[in-house]
Amino acid sequence: MSDTSEGTGGLTFDKSKRQWPNELNVFGALILIIIIFEILGAIFMQQSLLFDTRDRFDSIFNEARLRIIIIQVAIIGIIAIGVTQVIITAGIDLSSGSVVGATAMIAMSFAQVSIVNGAENPKAIFGPAFLDLPVIVPVLVGLGVGMIAGTINGILVAYSRIPPFIATLGMMLFARGVAQWWSLGNPVSFPTEAYAVIGAGMNPVIIFLALAVIFHLVMNYTVYGKHTYAIGSNEAAARMSGINVPRHLLLVYIIAGMLAGLAAVILTSKNLTAQSGMGLSYELEAIAMAVIGGVSLFGGRGSIIGTVIGALIIGVITSGFTFLRLGAFYQEMVLGAIIVGAVALDQWQQKRAAARA
Amino acid sequence: MSDIILETKGLTKHYGGVHALEDADFILNRGEHVAIMGDNGAGKSTFVRQITGVEQRTRGTVIFDGEEVNFAGPLDAREAGIETVFQTLALADDLNVPDNLFLGREKTMWNFLGPFRRLNYKAMREDTMAGLVKTGVKIPNIKNTIANMSGGQRQCVAIARTATFASKLTIMDEPTAALGVQETAQVENIIRTLKEQGESLILVSHNMRQVFDLVDRIIVFRRGRICANLRKEETDGEDVVAYITGAKTGAEFEGAA
Repeated sequence: MSDTSEGTGGLTFDKSKRQWPNELNVFGALILIIIIFEILGAIFMQQSLLFDTRDRFDSIFNEARLRIIIIQVAIIGIIAIGVTQVIITAGIDLSSGSVVGATAMIAMSFAQVSIVNGAENPKAIFGPAFLDLPVIVPVLVGLGVGMIAGTINGILVAYSRIPPFIATLGMMLFARGVAQWWSLGNPVSFPTEAYAVIGAGMNPVIIFLALAVIFHLVMNYTVYGKHTYAIGSNEAAARMSGINVPRHLLLVYIIAGMLAGLAAVILTSKNLTAQSGMGLSYELEAIAMAVIGGVSLFGGRGSIIGTVIGALIIGVITSGFTFLRLGAFYQEMVLGAIIVGAVALDQWQQKRAAARA
Repeated sequence: MSDIILETKGLTKHYGGVHALEDADFILNRGEHVAIMGDNGAGKSTFVRQITGVEQRTRGTVIFDGEEVNFAGPLDAREAGIETVFQTLALADDLNVPDNLFLGREKTMWNFLGPFRRLNYKAMREDTMAGLVKTGVKIPNIKNTIANMSGGQRQCVAIARTATFASKLTIMDEPTAALGVQETAQVENIIRTLKEQGESLILVSHNMRQVFDLVDRIIVFRRGRICANLRKEETDGEDVVAYITGAKTGAEFEGAA
């Protein structure tokens, strides 16, 4: 107990307990991982991962690679924004990947054109009345499907008190079934031009970052955010303080579902097709982003900023392995180790905090 | 305005076949500090839970501040002006001091945004500081999360809620049970401050020394019933123990337990 200051009542306060934002640790990890790849790149590839070392360009960064790093994590990152909120309430959402699959199929069916290369659209799911619809229709359908899935998850978790793991595991299987049943396994293709714009170019990144900013503000400056942290931190205290815990949990799961639905819309728009296997294991990657970003699976701690940095860490590792021409299997091994490491670190910090108190 | 802040008549709570509380008639005057004592399972906490709306009573009436009340939940009771410091601290560890004080009744702006209305951090911080000053609690950095505080500081935060919300009645359920000597002294000082400010208080405690130090009157519970109502000046520790263990029963409670 060094460096203490006295309160009037004789209570002491240890200045060394001052809090260091966890996001800085995560950011430090990101920088560390980049440095490792830069060193490995310099040794084995005689190239830099992120910096532009070619003579004929005077840009500092290798912009193409930076773009790839963020594009490949943007869509799952959108899901991770919702998953982060669920995990902060001490819940979990295993269904988001399958909800992406189901939403992709259903939303895409409302985004199809009638004429492809002068002939009728061979992949049309519905009759002519449902072709060439304005772009708002498939977008709303996508958000709606995600919302329904989130509502069911939320009701199961909040009102029937089924553990989130089981409730969303059920939804994971159910939604994947819906995705396969929808067109009996056939892909749904040929969207309208307006629909194809949504996921084109850097749009997924812009949407991801915009949502990250919005939900960062929501989590830090609104009653919704405060109650989300309170429920994950001490559900009994939240209830005793008069927070309507079930209603709040329902809202959190609905938001997570809608973000998964939106991710499906962007994904199908980017790929110009929907397949029933879309979004496979996205839920795990989204959870990984959150966990690497410092969101505690025990609830109450974590942030959207952390998750965004977590997403970037995954993006850098994925790109870094490709850059080093190492197989994808190494990348999965390393990611697995990092996720376990992140949770172990969280556990250790929890224990240390408990020991000090 | 009558002098009575809280009155219960025939307050009863049954959990199935277990009669946890039977016909409790209780009166608390404005500005009075009353202790509730009794053995484990005597009905002290049950009594508190019925008043604060944490549980719904089986029968009986509760009159608070001159009006009969039926609180649907603890928030109702808090809004009416009853602040409770629970035995298990109702604090969220990952939130800081103002967040905890205002949990469930945040000061907000932009209220048209519904659940996404904006928190008025500045107003909450100022009210928190005022509340801490009023109770004499000093927590050097109120932006610290509860997880980084000692047991005493946590208890002080819980008690500071009382002052922040200008409550009419404070109920403390064993506020010092888990605290060290120095921290207990700190909490007791806060209770004295509340007394000087004319705050009404119900203190549930096992600590005889503390009770005789702090309160005006002692109510003893035994097997779900009130068995004694003693003015502090007219009793002593031995006497109270006799009531708690059942060796004695107050004259007016004869046949009750």
